[in-house]
Amino acid sequence: MPLSDYDPASLPDLLPLYYRRLFPFSQYYRWLNYGGVQKNYFQNREFSFTLKDDIYVRYQSFSSQIELEKEMQKMNPYKIDIGAIYSHRPNQHNTVKSGSFQALEKELVFDIDMTDYDDVRSCCSAADICSKCWTLMTIAIRILDRALREDFGFKHLLWVYSGRRGVHCWVCDEAARKLTVAARSAVAEYLSLIKGGEETMKKVVLMDPIHPFIRASLAVVNKYFLRYALQDQDILGQKESVEKVLALTELQQHFLNEKKPEKRWEMVLDQASRKRKEIMLQYCYPRLDVNVSKGVNHLLKSPFSVHPKTGRISVPIDIGNLDAFDPFAVPTISLDRPMEAEDEENAEETKENDKDAADRRKIRGDEV
Amino acid sequence: MQFSERRKRVGSRPQAELYGQPLQFYGQPPLENISLTEFETFAVDRLKLLKTVENVGVSYLKGSPQYVKKLVAESKNLNFPYRLEANDDRKCQSGLSEPDKRRKDHISHFILRLAYCQTEDLRRWFIQQEVDLFRYRFNDLSPKQKLEFLHRNNLQYDTIGIEEKKALKDKLLNSSPGVSGITVEDQDFYKVPFQDALDLVRTRKVYLKAGYVYIPHQEIVTIVLNDFRTRLSKALALTARSLPAVHSDERLQPLLNHLSHAYVGQDYSIQKNVGKISLEQIDSLSGKSYPLCMRHLHQALRENHHLRHGGRMQYGLFLKGIGLSLEQALQFWRSEFIRGKVDADKFDKAYAYSIRHMFGKEGKRTDYTPYNCMKVILSNPPSQGDYHGCPFRHSDPELLKQKLQFYKVSPSGINQILELVKGMHYQLACQKYFELTHNIEDTTFSLNHPNQYFLESQKVFGGGRDLKREMDATQKAKENSVVKASNVKQELPTNGPENVAEMEDLDSIFQEP
Repeated sequence: MPLSDYDPASLPDLLPLYYRRLFPFSQYYRWLNYGGVQKNYFQNREFSFTLKDDIYVRYQSFSSQIELEKEMQKMNPYKIDIGAIYSHRPNQHNTVKSGSFQALEKELVFDIDMTDYDDVRSCCSAADICSKCWTLMTIAIRILDRALREDFGFKHLLWVYSGRRGVHCWVCDEAARKLTVAARSAVAEYLSLIKGGEETMKKVVLMDPIHPFIRASLAVVNKYFLRYALQDQDILGQKESVEKVLALTELQQHFLNEKKPEKRWEMVLDQASRKRKEIMLQYCYPRLDVNVSKGVNHLLKSPFSVHPKTGRISVPIDIGNLDAFDPFAVPTISLDRPMEAEDEENAEETKENDKDAADRRKIRGDEV
Repeated sequence: MQFSERRKRVGSRPQAELYGQPLQFYGQPPLENISLTEFETFAVDRLKLLKTVENVGVSYLKGSPQYVKKLVAESKNLNFPYRLEANDDRKCQSGLSEPDKRRKDHISHFILRLAYCQTEDLRRWFIQQEVDLFRYRFNDLSPKQKLEFLHRNNLQYDTIGIEEKKALKDKLLNSSPGVSGITVEDQDFYKVPFQDALDLVRTRKVYLKAGYVYIPHQEIVTIVLNDFRTRLSKALALTARSLPAVHSDERLQPLLNHLSHAYVGQDYSIQKNVGKISLEQIDSLSGKSYPLCMRHLHQALRENHHLRHGGRMQYGLFLKGIGLSLEQALQFWRSEFIRGKVDADKFDKAYAYSIRHMFGKEGKRTDYTPYNCMKVILSNPPSQGDYHGCPFRHSDPELLKQKLQFYKVSPSGINQILELVKGMHYQLACQKYFELTHNIEDTTFSLNHPNQYFLESQKVFGGGRDLKREMDATQKAKENSVVKASNVKQELPTNGPENVAEMEDLDSIFQEP
């Protein structure tokens, strides 16, 4: 779906329909209720809505699926965020003695955003994505999904397309929901290899011996690196990007300090082993927004909410068929049809359908 | 009745038995009577020790020889146990016998619990320093003493069998630095849930599989520390609940309050100098009197017309600290942001809130204080697109060098700075930068806050005379309140005059550590 087909101005017309006809309330409630094992688990969960004109309403909470439905159909939020499970009902937080209203539990979440890769992708920048750089998200999901399952032993992972330029992961295991802030930050740091801001060129430094986690991650990167970095991004084809890679080898700089040919050769050999891995990781390893994962009370955009800028729906990603996921083929709110990603071949047809659907929707909109 | 019984029990237990162990878990509070004088000196000494633990932890790698050396020196100096393996009763030259030192350690720990259980911030600080102190002490024990300690405190952890060890040998080798192929076989590996060894998980120093970590025996300190931290945290929560009873004792309350305020030092949040700086001055001030971190943020803001959250917090609070009013701050940020991608409307919606928040006008209305160096260096490291952090800590040395060259620092000066950076003395490197840019041979202060840098710089240039006077005035006000607190104590018979002096002393210690 090209972006141009979506007009943000049409949101106020489309949202009521979406929340009335398409939003999967019963599955959504079933997920967040977690079988009703813990009392008030759903009732004490914070939702926050972004309404028209960026009006932001925090601390919404609902006593039942029906109330959630009613409120969402009434407020028609542009964006929905999910927060923590609190000690009291969030919508009554003002009535509780300050200090006793506390965030207790939340899924362990991860947020990977393509803007954080701007220094290593040449195809797009900022909020833009294309099929070339989307490979980065595929790599990120593969690496994190493996580590969260095999290393940390979590089983219930929900991967979701954010609707614009990234992906989210919701780790829903009971143990994950109960993690403390310190534990969340330790997990996030275990999973972070890229260190440093605008003032750091070289963002990955490996130590010997290389940890099994890093080895496993490298194995994933290995599968994609040649096609992604050398062909799609062409990092060794253009002058500017070649210079970047060369700077990462640090050879020039080291040669300045080291005059002995034998030592210099050792440095070249070092490229073949360690430096090669560091460069691969710097270009492809997932870049986590650690602050999102750390906080128990941090809000994250809800699955199945609409991205107001693109109109795309935050749909779950099927890990079993990850390589086939296409962020441009996800349902958008301008489609008035069941939310299943269309196959590539149907793309043309879909476009036609869209127009029809849009027309039909207009007619129905009038009736309402 | 009960009271006399308790006393008898303590009396019947000789100190040698009570303090037979070089290290304790602080499971039992002390039950003896002590004088107020002792109460006070013990508490103040431990506070000094913890303050040293904090400072040393920033300057040196934890556990490095210099780190240990500094802590040994300070413990010795303050009459705390320091050479833990030397388990003898000989009187040292300083006067206290080993059991007496251990008694002091025991009692002072529990006094500070009272002072530091009151707020989340205080608890966090106290726990962090106590945990670091405990780590240093535990590592100082001999292997035999360590086992004895585990045994005495009923600390038992699951080890893995030979079969499992064989199967995981390679993984264990590659994930546990310091373990070699030969030792895997005869070394115990403990298997615990990863939540119990977060420090090892965080730094990837341990093998992690299906939610369990495999810890080589030499790293057992991590699990013990985790236990220590959990227990202390729980104990502090319990202590907080019984605090009202303690506070009803008018002899203790002012003392405890004073103790708990001592750790933060100057926080530069004082609002007296508001409006002393105009927005036009900022550019020239940033070149003259800003520390590198702020100069850097200012420049990034001017260039990109935007800063991400971490940068806005670090720079925004600094500006508040040097005297920008809320109105000025809003004007400052708005005028810069609207030159970039953000229009005035979006600014008012998305950013103005967080600036008012900084000034305590929104949300829970906390009046946020500017970040000190420790916070800038240790918390929230910059990532892609970020310009905050400490340039001495978070820049590539090569880029730092270029930057310093650009700012016309002499080549020899740059080398000195880079040498300090290499040794991880970031604050000293910053101080050196101050000396070089202000043409001062030796600074008389010890740098630990960007706003302090600013004030000191203004002092040098003379332009900040007004500012300085204001700061001094508030400083005086603070001291007065201390004196007041001391006066209260002076009325008490047990308090000798030397204690009052001690308390005033305390203030100066924490302002210039």
